[in-house]
Amino acid sequence: MSSSFMGRDVISILDFKRDELEKLFELSDKARRLVNRKLRILEGKVVSLAFFEPSTRTRMSFEVAAKKLGADVVGFSSEESVSVAKGENFADTVRMLDSYSDLIVVRHRLEGAAKFASEIALNPVINGGDGRQHHPTQAMIDLYTVRELFGGIDGLTYAVVGDLRYGRAATSFIYALTLFKPSKIYLASPPILVARPEVTSLLKSRGIDFEELSRLDEVVGEVDVMYVTRVQRERFPDPSEYEKARGAYRITLKLLEKAKRSLKILHPLPKVDEIELQVDSSRHAAYFLQASLGVPVRMALLAMILGGEL
Amino acid sequence: MSEPTLVVSKIRAGTVIDHIPAGRALDVLKIIGLSGREGIRTAIIMNVESKKLGRKDIIKVEGKFLKQQEVSVIALIASTATINIVEDFKVVKKFNVEIPELIEEVITCPNTTCITNKGNEPVKSRFTVVSRKPITLQCSYCGTLVFEDELHRLIKV
Repeated sequence: MSSSFMGRDVISILDFKRDELEKLFELSDKARRLVNRKLRILEGKVVSLAFFEPSTRTRMSFEVAAKKLGADVVGFSSEESVSVAKGENFADTVRMLDSYSDLIVVRHRLEGAAKFASEIALNPVINGGDGRQHHPTQAMIDLYTVRELFGGIDGLTYAVVGDLRYGRAATSFIYALTLFKPSKIYLASPPILVARPEVTSLLKSRGIDFEELSRLDEVVGEVDVMYVTRVQRERFPDPSEYEKARGAYRITLKLLEKAKRSLKILHPLPKVDEIELQVDSSRHAAYFLQASLGVPVRMALLAMILGGEL
Repeated sequence: MSEPTLVVSKIRAGTVIDHIPAGRALDVLKIIGLSGREGIRTAIIMNVESKKLGRKDIIKVEGKFLKQQEVSVIALIASTATINIVEDFKVVKKFNVEIPELIEEVITCPNTTCITNKGNEPVKSRFTVVSRKPITLQCSYCGTLVFEDELHRLIKV
């Protein structure tokens, strides 16, 4: 068990080293074998789920992971349900939760909220998504899925597709890849949704081979892992631009005719129509496997942070 | 005919900030937290001739001895500035300004959805230095990069 995780905050995937993530993945393997059992290793611990912004998958998988380890779970899933709606500030809400529980998972629409929470709370804070910036536990699950599918993360060609400007899952996935040795990363997005300067400048400074594209079909044959995210209508001032972008980044069986047989598609979910329904049952779809790995990876992470032996 | 000279008397004791790029003196005052309402005798000299810079600004603050760490953030907008500590009309100490590794509460994050812009929260803006030439800073909370040409409009009042 790695002592480097004990009592630790999880704010950004960039806070972690490769070998730490590899240890987490080893423990996730163990958690998968135990996932159908009710364990008692975190008995007596309380996990707070402070979701100031709606979430289904992240919140529920944290809840299931904590309960499977024997912890009690408290929390809320929107600002309306807590005193924030009465005007209480974020800092006071975090202080209160910190006094009630042993660990807080925070999701908030503002970037930096989880980091700020970690400065206030005495107990560990896990970032469950802060605005457009980080979603570190999603990135852990994504990498773990790639490792499961390919036996490793290095040496593969990746394409990250869709909204790279506002999408925290895509951003965190790109950040996560900088901790490994990808062969190449293609960043495919509409021009108004390109990756933010801090993301591309990190890729440059870490010597990662990457290329920004506005068309995906030209490179689809080279790609091993395609990470697809949703292009949201509200990001486009002009509806006709949205329609064009939606078509250009939609993953269809026709597009995949050019792909390697071994290509795997990941998606942080929820997906709407950015992946053609027929793709779900193709050899390429790996997003349901990816979603199912959310619980064991989060079990491993909670156990390591709270000091439970899996 | 040469231009008439602008005469500003020497200070007995205090701090002279010299070689400020022309037009930046008021921003420098904001950074070091002098509003003019503190009652401190201050001379602001702007757009005067300079051998080094062509034109420059100068600030003279009577009776206040600014420390290196207090003034180092000036380097964000006036990297050429020199600080002279004056006692009994003589310069007793002179130093240059250098951007500190961590910049707190001087700059507003340009990202409107950064937690530091929320208001009603006990959180200070905080930036780390990514590059010194040209200056690039990064918000410690939201990761936004701030480039040299935007700095002057992000200084907190």
